Amino acid sequence: MDFAEEKLKKIGIRTKEWESTTLKKVIEKVPECKPTFTTISGIPIKRVYTPTDIAKMDYAEDLGFPGEFPYIRNIYPTGYRGRIWTMRQYAGFGSARETNARYRFLLSQGQTGLSVAFDLPTQLGYDSDDIHALGEVGKVGVSINSLVDMEILFDHIPLDKVSTSMTINAPAAVLLAMYILIGEKQNVSADKLTGTLQNDLFKEYIARGNFIFPPKPSIRITADILEYCQEFMPKWNSISISGYHMREAGANASQELAFTLASGMGYVESALQRKLNIDDFAPRLSFFFNSHNDFFEEISKFRAARRIWARIMKEKYGAKNPASWMLRFHTQTAGSSLTAAQPENNIVRTTIQALAAVLGGTQSLHTNSMDEAYALPTEKAVCISLRTQQVIAYESGVINTIDPLAGSYFIETLTNELEERAMKYIGTIESFGSGEWKMLSGMIKGIETGFFQREIADASYMNQKEVERKERVVVGVNQFTQDEKKPIETLKIDEAVQKQQIANLKKLRLKRDKKKVEETLNELKKVAQGEGNLMYPIMECVKCYATVGEICNVLRSIYGEYREKPIF
Amino acid sequence: MFFVQYMVNIGRNQYFEMNKMEEKKIRILMAKPGLDGHDRGIKIVSRALRDAGMEVIYTGLHQTPQQIVEAAVKEDVDALGLSILSGAHTTLFPMIMELLKEKRVDIIVFAGGIIPDEDVPDLKNIKIAEIFGPGTNTEDIVKFIKENVGKTC
Repeated sequence: MDFAEEKLKKIGIRTKEWESTTLKKVIEKVPECKPTFTTISGIPIKRVYTPTDIAKMDYAEDLGFPGEFPYIRNIYPTGYRGRIWTMRQYAGFGSARETNARYRFLLSQGQTGLSVAFDLPTQLGYDSDDIHALGEVGKVGVSINSLVDMEILFDHIPLDKVSTSMTINAPAAVLLAMYILIGEKQNVSADKLTGTLQNDLFKEYIARGNFIFPPKPSIRITADILEYCQEFMPKWNSISISGYHMREAGANASQELAFTLASGMGYVESALQRKLNIDDFAPRLSFFFNSHNDFFEEISKFRAARRIWARIMKEKYGAKNPASWMLRFHTQTAGSSLTAAQPENNIVRTTIQALAAVLGGTQSLHTNSMDEAYALPTEKAVCISLRTQQVIAYESGVINTIDPLAGSYFIETLTNELEERAMKYIGTIESFGSGEWKMLSGMIKGIETGFFQREIADASYMNQKEVERKERVVVGVNQFTQDEKKPIETLKIDEAVQKQQIANLKKLRLKRDKKKVEETLNELKKVAQGEGNLMYPIMECVKCYATVGEICNVLRSIYGEYREKPIF
Repeated sequence: MFFVQYMVNIGRNQYFEMNKMEEKKIRILMAKPGLDGHDRGIKIVSRALRDAGMEVIYTGLHQTPQQIVEAAVKEDVDALGLSILSGAHTTLFPMIMELLKEKRVDIIVFAGGIIPDEDVPDLKNIKIAEIFGPGTNTEDIVKFIKENVGKTC
């Protein structure tokens, strides 16, 4: 990289000399611990990197400056010097009232944004009294049946000051409609609302498993939301294109990177297909990555993601607005890296992962809690994980300069390598596609044929076998184990939540204007059968307190339900 | 259906002897009750059991207790593996065990997922033979199945 030919030659010669003298002497006496070293994802790592490894790079083109194309350094010219990342802990459990209390606690402790975890019935479009909801109400998140629950959830939380991320996908349109209506009740109009809707169905089929409808109607709903947000919600992230769950399901770093960006390209094409202007919607696309254990690989992954996206948006899709080129992302530390054995060790793992996310330039961060291999976190455990972020932000000094690892021969090489591997995967996915929108059709094809699922299952199994053969050390699990097991305090979800929610539903169904509910649901059915934007009729349904289950059942009756082909 | 009933009714020990005579493979149903989509663990275990020479059927996500028990009967399995990571195990595991009892299906049931330690005794009380938490070696599960299938619980 901008090194004189002459100097590079010298470095090459010196490297060989070093290998045959200094290194050789030591290695003959004390061999290295392993014959080969790799990242956790299996990318080979050399003993040492020098300028010759990045000789082909061009500083201006491949790195450049923060806030400028290709944005690898950072999307903002001031990095964290201008504004520290948003500390956003994903939380929600039990009833709306309990979760509201947890949110207010987190905000009082210095958390700067909310992230709503919905329970599984809500995420799968079932009301609390549905047979499928049995045992699941309020367990992994807050139970939301209707606008009533949402009113309680955001009670005394000013939506003009707090940004909210909502992890909701198949019924995303319903929950977005509710959020907009809560805003209206607080006199905060939709154009002022800030936050993120996850709204990413590709990864549900690939890894997360919370799908309702088949891929095609799902992508239609997603595009409806993108279109609606583009029109009315200029500050809202209409989608959070997620690799997090693919990684949790066992994907390696390059698969996570490639499949996420390929998903992003699929969504871009779904909007272009509708003749939307790329520079109108692309600035509101956001991403969500995992930060796993391999420190340098993760930092390189985040940097590579920014550069690949910028290039794709500019060069492949012809976006002109720089905001369309910028990849903004949320990060969560790796839940799957947490161990049930010696749970306190998880605090350390999370710290390292969080630091990688920060050095990789994340816009917001969730740090996992030490007790999550057992249950949802206790308040104490959540507090430690929030403090972890605060220590990194305010004590470690890592925020003082932007992209501090840039120029490291190793980091740049690894960044290039990840980019290359990701582009190869993207090419494969594109080759599955047909017609004008190859990434969109390629993503759907890849899901339907089980390509992604198989890739991830293989990587996940390989990783498990490496751990079992002790080729990968997991501290406290396959090495450094302790026999005695100390009991750990865990959060208990009140089993009465389901009963209470069912009683509330009964009351609601008696109280609301039944005729209006029926009318709006009928209207929704009509639009779903045609081609209109579903956001409008869904807003009307939600307004008269139709439930998540009722709305999703209407859509189920039109689109049917998706059944996966289990691949293992 | 008659055939299935017959197989179930002759009792596991006798059936297992027959298996051995015919060198039939151990058949296992792996199931995801409830709504959670975390299937990394169950897929790994399914593959490890398959690699160990067993016949593995995996239900896929979002199964009700009824669907799982019906599948166990229909597939005439020797063991049933359950995985839940959402906390719904306190409701759904007992329902499954109850339905198995009703249908007089006497097979080894084992489970895994995110299950707090304090819930384990209750689950063992309802005859779930073993709970394999995070960090379990798949070889331990294979060994457990080989040692326990055929014994009535």
